[in-house]
Amino acid sequence: MDDRTGLADMIGPMLRHLVPRDARWWYVFGSATMCAFMIQVISGIALAFAYIPSTNDAYATLNFITDQAPFGRFLRGLHYYGASAMVLMVGLHMAQVFLFGSYKFPRELNWATGVLLLGFTLVMGFTGQLLRWDQTAVWSVVVAAEQAGRVPLIGDWLARFTLGGDTVGGATLNRFFVIHVFIMPALIFAFVGLHLLLVLRHGISEPPTPGKPVDPKTYRQEYKELVETTGKPFWPDAAWRDVVFCVAMIVVMALLALILGPPALGKAPDPSIIAANPRPDWYLLWYFAVLALLPHGTEEYFMVFGPLLAGIILIILPFVFNRGERSARRRPWSIAAVILTVIMIGTLWVAGAKSKWSPNFNAEPLSEKVVGATSGPVFDGAHLFFARGCLSCHLIGTTGGRRGPNLTTIGSLLSRDQLILRIANGGVNMPAYASTLTPKEMDDLVAFLQSRKLPAQQ
Amino acid sequence: MKDDIETTSCGAAASPEELTRRKFFERLSIVLFGFGSFILLVPMVGFVVAPLFKRRPEVWRPVGAIDDFKIGTTTAVVFYDAAALPWAGVASKTAAWLRRVDQATFIAFSVNCTHLGCPVRWLDQAELFMCPCHGGVYYKDGSVAAGPPPLPLPRYQVRVKSGKVEIRTNPTPITR
Repeated sequence: MDDRTGLADMIGPMLRHLVPRDARWWYVFGSATMCAFMIQVISGIALAFAYIPSTNDAYATLNFITDQAPFGRFLRGLHYYGASAMVLMVGLHMAQVFLFGSYKFPRELNWATGVLLLGFTLVMGFTGQLLRWDQTAVWSVVVAAEQAGRVPLIGDWLARFTLGGDTVGGATLNRFFVIHVFIMPALIFAFVGLHLLLVLRHGISEPPTPGKPVDPKTYRQEYKELVETTGKPFWPDAAWRDVVFCVAMIVVMALLALILGPPALGKAPDPSIIAANPRPDWYLLWYFAVLALLPHGTEEYFMVFGPLLAGIILIILPFVFNRGERSARRRPWSIAAVILTVIMIGTLWVAGAKSKWSPNFNAEPLSEKVVGATSGPVFDGAHLFFARGCLSCHLIGTTGGRRGPNLTTIGSLLSRDQLILRIANGGVNMPAYASTLTPKEMDDLVAFLQSRKLPAQQ
Repeated sequence: MKDDIETTSCGAAASPEELTRRKFFERLSIVLFGFGSFILLVPMVGFVVAPLFKRRPEVWRPVGAIDDFKIGTTTAVVFYDAAALPWAGVASKTAAWLRRVDQATFIAFSVNCTHLGCPVRWLDQAELFMCPCHGGVYYKDGSVAAGPPPLPLPRYQVRVKSGKVEIRTNPTPITR
């Protein structure tokens, strides 16, 4: 067989290509990303045996897969945690390559193809969540169309292409199925192939040494000498670490899929059900927070130019900084960039998870004990505080929303006039109640708020 | 240099007739490949992109009898999109907030927040629309009260015909 196919001759040299002996555990993240992708492909193919990508049927098939199909719950969970693993690993891989300066000469195109793969991974994550065609998916499509609509000149067409027409309808789901199952995987296979070809061509980068900058004139020769004198064959001397890490990752994913299961399906994908709370999956929750926290008037520019600028900066990085020191110890800006990025995404992620800007629609009326009165202006004011929606955005004790300031002790902080001014005029994030409250209602509301004192003053 | 001289397959220098023939076959292959791609790609791309240019005719949909709606109230109503595909299922439904201003005047608000399209909820006693996604708030007339929305709530055309309130279907309002 081997004589006829020539497989050993083709694949053997690739597997046994020499890699630097010091390239150890920091180097596993790239293959871990690819391992996660292969798991996604396999579990995705399995899921496709039962999933019908029709706007009408998808939800029912998802329920069937989750509740009835043998191993269905596990497979859905594996596919979800596989997506999470892929996003996490691609981020770690990128950070490692960046900190090791491996994007410099001659591996600039490795980095560029990697940036494209990062973009494809995020698109896969987003379109994959849409295929979980429930209420959240429907509104996520509308949100995506709204962002597409902000693009100058062609926004209207882009929005209609996203929706599959004028509204969410029969043509909406299929396009995301095509993107998620055909177009993106084809691009990923093509670019992973190119990425790996480039890795074979230029070799695995050696761990950087402080004081040893990259000089395009001499680097190739130095690298060749390094791997020929002290290098090891990739298989099995280095590959065993990739295998160990990938298997550990698979075990974690399988345990999560077994124990936690897949994300619960939301309500039916019916756009006429208004009570909805759409949220992206965790890896895009930070961007959800960005959209909520952007300064007013900047959203259009950020939505269109933000991702574009980020992509351009990432792609041109190696072409601008393709020589010089590789070690992070001599590149403090690289460490700062990674730390700042992690802090930024991390804090936005936490903010997105808490999403304090969302009104609390489930706030219950304040209890008698909290109000401290059963009749009179304070009692009437407390009722108004609930009825007029104030409790949706403000906390009294532990009840209410977190959109606006906590008003538990506001009576100790603001005077009566200040309270009236604020309630009547509102603010950037608060409606003005001047035209909707009668003078008596305003008095009662203010009386209630003035009764909210610090413990020492009660 | 060796590369400058074109050779035949057995390494000898090519004759002028072979050079012309070789160039002809090269160009013929490229042109045919381009032509074949063109006749395939045009209908394929057209199939995918054509819906972008096609506007469906909008229709009037009844949402209830005029007496179903009290003056001064805002009620959620549901209607089906125009020309929905047979396999659209529940996705072909659209909701709207219908406000009866007086005896004969109705306003139909789209439920789509103008910030990023999430469905706004009506708080009856507060007389406010609130968006769950990023904290947008609108007054009962649809104007922006607070938060990130850049525009008031879009309105659908609404009429009363033969005692029934009807709303005109509309593309999902996309903020530009």
